[in-house]
Amino acid sequence: MPEVAVRELTMAEAVREALAEEMRRDPRVFIMGEDVAEAGTPFKVLSGMVEEFGKSRVIDTPISEPGFTGIAVGAAMTGMRPVVDIMFGDFLTLVMDQMVNQAAKVHYMSGGAWKVPMVMRTTLGGGRRSAAQHSQSLHAWMSHVPGLKVVLPSTPYDAKGLMKTAIRDDNPVVFFEDKMMFKVKGPVPVEDYTIPFGVADVKREGEDITIVATSSMVPVALAAATMLEEIGISAEVVDPRTTWPLDEKTLIESAKKTSRAIVVDEGYEKYGVTAEIASVIATGAFYDLDAPVKRIGAMHVPIPFSPPLEDATIPTEQVIFEAAKKMCNK
Amino acid sequence: MTAAATESGTGPALGAEKLLHIYRQMTRIRFFEEQVNDLYLRAVMPGLSHLYSGEEAVAVGICEALRPDDYITSTHRGHGHCLAKGATPDRMYAELLGKEAGYCRGKGGSMHIADPASGNLGANAIVGGSVGMAAGAAFSAKMRGSGQVAVCFFGEGALGQGLLYEVLNLSKLWNLPVIYACENNMYNEYTHYSETTAGEILARPAAFGIPAEAVDGQNVRAVHAVAGRLVNDARAGNGPSFLLCNTYRYRGHHVGDVNREYYRAKQEETNWLTTRDPIKLLGDWMISEKLAQQPALDKIQAEVKSEIEAAVAFAIKSPYPAVDQVKEDVYA
Repeated sequence: MPEVAVRELTMAEAVREALAEEMRRDPRVFIMGEDVAEAGTPFKVLSGMVEEFGKSRVIDTPISEPGFTGIAVGAAMTGMRPVVDIMFGDFLTLVMDQMVNQAAKVHYMSGGAWKVPMVMRTTLGGGRRSAAQHSQSLHAWMSHVPGLKVVLPSTPYDAKGLMKTAIRDDNPVVFFEDKMMFKVKGPVPVEDYTIPFGVADVKREGEDITIVATSSMVPVALAAATMLEEIGISAEVVDPRTTWPLDEKTLIESAKKTSRAIVVDEGYEKYGVTAEIASVIATGAFYDLDAPVKRIGAMHVPIPFSPPLEDATIPTEQVIFEAAKKMCNK
Repeated sequence: MTAAATESGTGPALGAEKLLHIYRQMTRIRFFEEQVNDLYLRAVMPGLSHLYSGEEAVAVGICEALRPDDYITSTHRGHGHCLAKGATPDRMYAELLGKEAGYCRGKGGSMHIADPASGNLGANAIVGGSVGMAAGAAFSAKMRGSGQVAVCFFGEGALGQGLLYEVLNLSKLWNLPVIYACENNMYNEYTHYSETTAGEILARPAAFGIPAEAVDGQNVRAVHAVAGRLVNDARAGNGPSFLLCNTYRYRGHHVGDVNREYYRAKQEETNWLTTRDPIKLLGDWMISEKLAQQPALDKIQAEVKSEIEAAVAFAIKSPYPAVDQVKEDVYA
């Protein structure tokens, strides 16, 4: 974090500022999605954008995710740089053909002849009592597909810098924002900056155990680290920031240093992001590990509505604390 | 329906030179596909191909009404569209054989030929998968004020895909310069379209307020005339249109679909081949109208045959890509 940072923005404001700056910089950038214009999205991330850029660049669509995603793919191939808004990450299921079979593969299938410089903004995360179809974290699905890049910011600073990189990237990028984090504030410098993809950020340094955490789980991991500190365990929290490309080197180096690693992610634990990262660490840091790499993800159930049930499905700082304590034999 | 559309499709008369070019383009597609079939039978070509033989008048009639910088999207049965929009047989064969000289450096194959130089956004192996891309190219053309239009080729099998109707809605709402060219070759793979298609096809785009009409897809002059009008309309800012091209697939769903009697009669195929062949229909008409004589048509056939033979030879002797190219082009 540069020393010159003198102001705080919410996550929503940081995303909006990145979009606005890129739209001022590059007339090819435009936004389309459901209720993105006057409504500014249900999360109010885009409030004020249509007033500055007009309806020709902040475009309300019908409720037709595959249709407008397909249009974005074609527009991206032919000289524009669309930013598509998929209101809830659960609706990624609706656009899978356009993203997986079209956007992700056009460059490769054409032998490099065509490019698809588009960004898909969407959300992840539970905890809003929104039940099984509005609470999932499906970034593992997108991370599974060659040709896509997947971004998971956990702070306003990261969100702004990564969004600018996403818009300037010549590939399809899926950008996941945690719904619960939109109002969280953090320092964001006034001057222009970008954050490269594939560079993890150590959110807290530590000596005894590495906690790799993504997006919504970064503050949870940091809270767990504070609890661990009280019982004499020094935890390092590493945020990959992008699941693809993945900064394997930083993850491995951290695990080598601490000799223990937990991977926490709000996606389903089974066949998920935690499995991939745990495998990277287990392979790369094998001779330095004192314990098997532990995975903590969402419970393998559809996310329930009832608050005590939903809360049981999402990793908490207590769960991370207990796991770390056990791994450190305390 | 078809006859009326043909009658309504009388545009400005085409000169003999243009007609001979159209004849050459259709012949090029036909001969190209015959050699693809041969390459399959000789086990020279990996995988399968879906042949366009019989449908040449649709691709050529429409693409001859386009500018070089206009866009098309194509289908799994896409060789005809690619050639009609300006691809050359040598690099297409190279792609079909998985060679580095191919349009996609061997990474796409028969179902994914794409060529920015000729405005070809790509053939697509997902039925109906490219309709959004075509509308997106039209959207982009409109945003950029480039005056380009996009033609979205798709078969009647894509009428079952929901994406098509989302995109019809969006393209009419946003008045996009896109022409939806539905090639009804009557068979969704191995099933007659009457078993898969409720109601009237033209009533579907009409429900979105999109001008929709049918044309005899074996009559290249009719296709070209109506396409010219629709392209002009799109370019003039009048929004999308839908053209139902009634045609016929001479071959099977793919080159390996040889025994077809269980889903269609030999007699039906013979009837189309002998009485509705688009190349023969154009040739006969030109002779009857004294716009060409048989020797001129024979000369075109001979020239195209040589060109195709040379293109096949080029592809066969072209090298495969080096294996280390497998990881190239995943990301731009």
